[in-house]
Amino acid sequence: MTAGLAHPAVRTVEIATEADLIRVRQALRAASEQAGLGLVDSTKLITAGSELTRNILTYATGGRGTLSVEQVRALGRNGVRGTFTDSGPGIPDVDAALTDGFSTGGSLGLGLPGSRRLVDELTVATSPSGTTVTVVKWGR
Amino acid sequence: MSETLPILKIGDTLLVALQGDLDDAAVVRIEEQLTQEVARVHAAGVLIDVSGLTVVDSFIARVLARVVAMIRLLGAQTVVVGISPAVAITLVELGVPMGHLDTALNAEQGLALLRRLRAAADHGSDR
Repeated sequence: MTAGLAHPAVRTVEIATEADLIRVRQALRAASEQAGLGLVDSTKLITAGSELTRNILTYATGGRGTLSVEQVRALGRNGVRGTFTDSGPGIPDVDAALTDGFSTGGSLGLGLPGSRRLVDELTVATSPSGTTVTVVKWGR
Repeated sequence: MSETLPILKIGDTLLVALQGDLDDAAVVRIEEQLTQEVARVHAAGVLIDVSGLTVVDSFIARVLARVVAMIRLLGAQTVVVGISPAVAITLVELGVPMGHLDTALNAEQGLALLRRLRAAADHGSDR
């Protein structure tokens, strides 16, 4: 994200403790309302954000990361994009991590595959120095 | 949410309404408090209303399932009510298994379901 000046609607949430789960949900809810997402779509987006935040708290180095939330618009539709970034060790096998039931953290392994089902777009960019998961939810 | 959870007792049934945006610590605190209250007052049934929750993610859903299992070990039945359509759609798409929970649309239907569950338990045919 280059600047909050060019995109005044960009909201950033630091993810460091599980109390930040609530701030992540609030930021996504506010953006969903601004974009005019319906209740089901915003609930899905907020829940996906909750799962991805917990991923960061569980896997990233020191359990730290950042969420950037912004409005997006394409083909006459409004949407919300959430970008979850951490500087953790990266995901060795992204395909496996996107598969149901795969988990190295002892959870149900619903984080990435479950979140992907809840949003319209989910992309993962990962390297040994960090991971960025981007999700987009479009209004109808 | 650091304050204690208001738990209503009506007869031998406990009613609890979860509300707002809960972080993980609050969810775990509620689990402990509710389990202890069931044992303390010898409750036979528990109604958990989740209609006031803004989000039910996999962690909250898992703790809900856990507290229901704990309460069952204490000899009481639990019904979860007030799951909104948006939350139901989200949980199923997310892939959280909630099918083994006893649920009802609202508190009134939940109390009726609790009565049926307890009648079945009293006849020794606890499903």
